Amino acid sequence: MAAQPVVLEKAVARVALTSFLKSEGEKDLLRFSTAGSVDDGKSTLIGRLLFDAGGAFEDQIEAVKASKVNRAGAGHVDFSLLTDGLKAEREQGITIDVAYRYFATPKRKFIIADTPGHEEYTRNMATGASNCDAAVVLVDVRQGPTEQSHRHAAIARLLGIPHTIVAVNKMDLVDYDQSAFERVKAAFPGADHIPVSALMGDNVATRSTKMPWYGGPSLLEKLEQLPSSHRFNEPFRLPVQLVIRPDAEFRGYAGQIAAGRVRVGEELTALPTRRTARVARIVTYDGDLDEAIAPMSVTVVLDREIDLSRGGLLVGDALPHQGRRIAAQAVALLPGGIQAGREYLLKHGASLVPARLLSGTLAMNGIGPIEVETTLPLHFDSYRENRLTGAFVLIDRVSNNTVAAAMIETGSGEQTEPLLMKLARGLRRAADALEEFSQGSGI
Amino acid sequence: MIHFRDSYTREIGAELIVYTNDEAVAAGANPYDLGTSKCCNLLRTRAVVDGLKRYGFDAALGGARRDEEKSRAKERVFSLRDSHGQWDPKNQRPELWNLYNGQINKGESVRVFPLSNWTEFDVWQYIHEDKIPIVPLYFAKPREVVVRGGTVIPLEANVKLLPREQPQTVMCRMRSLGCTPCSGAIRSEADTVPKIIEELKAFRRSERENRVIDFDQEGSMELKKREGYF
Repeated sequence: MAAQPVVLEKAVARVALTSFLKSEGEKDLLRFSTAGSVDDGKSTLIGRLLFDAGGAFEDQIEAVKASKVNRAGAGHVDFSLLTDGLKAEREQGITIDVAYRYFATPKRKFIIADTPGHEEYTRNMATGASNCDAAVVLVDVRQGPTEQSHRHAAIARLLGIPHTIVAVNKMDLVDYDQSAFERVKAAFPGADHIPVSALMGDNVATRSTKMPWYGGPSLLEKLEQLPSSHRFNEPFRLPVQLVIRPDAEFRGYAGQIAAGRVRVGEELTALPTRRTARVARIVTYDGDLDEAIAPMSVTVVLDREIDLSRGGLLVGDALPHQGRRIAAQAVALLPGGIQAGREYLLKHGASLVPARLLSGTLAMNGIGPIEVETTLPLHFDSYRENRLTGAFVLIDRVSNNTVAAAMIETGSGEQTEPLLMKLARGLRRAADALEEFSQGSGI
Repeated sequence: MIHFRDSYTREIGAELIVYTNDEAVAAGANPYDLGTSKCCNLLRTRAVVDGLKRYGFDAALGGARRDEEKSRAKERVFSLRDSHGQWDPKNQRPELWNLYNGQINKGESVRVFPLSNWTEFDVWQYIHEDKIPIVPLYFAKPREVVVRGGTVIPLEANVKLLPREQPQTVMCRMRSLGCTPCSGAIRSEADTVPKIIEELKAFRRSERENRVIDFDQEGSMELKKREGYF
């Protein structure tokens, strides 16, 4: 009989998921970042992907065809111009920053975070990659992986992006030679490798006939197949953004579910108070729900009054970690870096608290371990467990700029203890102390 | 558009504050005499910047999406403006995960774009599913227009005809709303939301193609945004 609840749970998950996807246009979404320098043909690859997947409009293609600039050579359309290529941006003095692009195939919706390649733009790369499910790193087959390619892969790893795809580009320039591809593959392990020619369209949207030695999917097929990250099977986490109290009758806790699922009737723990209450209602604009899953935005009404405000957290059975001293892997994002001993504002979920950097001075673009101490205890997961409750940023108190991004290490802080256990422990301690006292005083 | 704004805010009981650059309006600012770039700066950019400053708002929410235009593709969800309402695209704050930084110094403000990652298609699907009321200009009907340099400009709100221009009646709708003389309509039969969605599926041309102000110079939108345009 043990299997039955699992089956039931899966059925419920399917229903909740189906209704969510329906409202999301009945298609799931995959976010991926692209990184590579202009010389690797990144703009051409994205332009080609948008064109072949129908994500570029006719007037934009006409503008490209009419442009005086054409780096693709006679007879070819310069697809790099579609995406406002980095070289053109640099020449015109237009900003170099992460640019977001959107397209959809019949199978899936995509968001591309197109990030600049050079180390000085690490902050933009991190900005673009932080919400991604996959990273596409571009490598010129003739050059092999560069320091930049390794940096992109390192940032993707640091940010916990589950899939890295290496697009080995310019295969047309080595006559689609398998050994050239294999050399890049050997020099850049730990990823999926796809041989492509962005210029000619080989293995970009459709499989190429010129590389029969390659049996794998095209880049677009691969992106359509990758599992997107669903967080609804993880422990329930709802960071409270707002307490809605229009009158004395109603009190609801509103926010976006960071992970897991919640059902009416279920017992939740409010942090930091550790009070428990049952879910009375799950309220949305479209009416009440019986169940909600990440990443839906909902308002939860509890069956009794508890102390909970913005910055607090509603959680399920599996409690997060807590503590004032937190160890993390961080990347410094701005000139000046971060200095141990200085005080910053720390933003985590919906809470903003002062924090001191105990250790981990980092120069700009530096990546390394840090330890912070907050003025109030935080409740968090490790970044590995949960990308939203396991991440924080440091904000400079003078400039107000975001100076570092941090990913909380596994084993940081201590397990949050349920209130009853804490009370029981307190009682035990009191009993022990009483006993000691009575023995000591010889009563 | 203005009638819709007024009646809708009345209906939901919201307080409506309207700020106009009265000085420029009184001086007769128009795109024919000043050029689109200057006119846009006076009537739109200055009005937004001065209006926000006058009421001391810390944040202004906008409906801009990243898929609209190439400089918008690079904008943050929380976008900082200095004390003159200006955007510095070379110096945008890092913005990771869902951790938005709303900290500002005195005089600064943020423009917040919650729909950044929505596409035009997403918006229409949402309008359809949640039955959101919209400005009637989005629906096709026969309209009196003038065709100017390939752009179909409705004459509904006193657009003045240039010499030798002839008005004509065209079945059309607006895909993007802006100032009348600078916003073109598209030829369309779509007079309901489902028909608009069907039309979008077949669309091969971008939404801002008919916004004259995007094309008055290279990098046009980025320049406007640096000055404080929404």
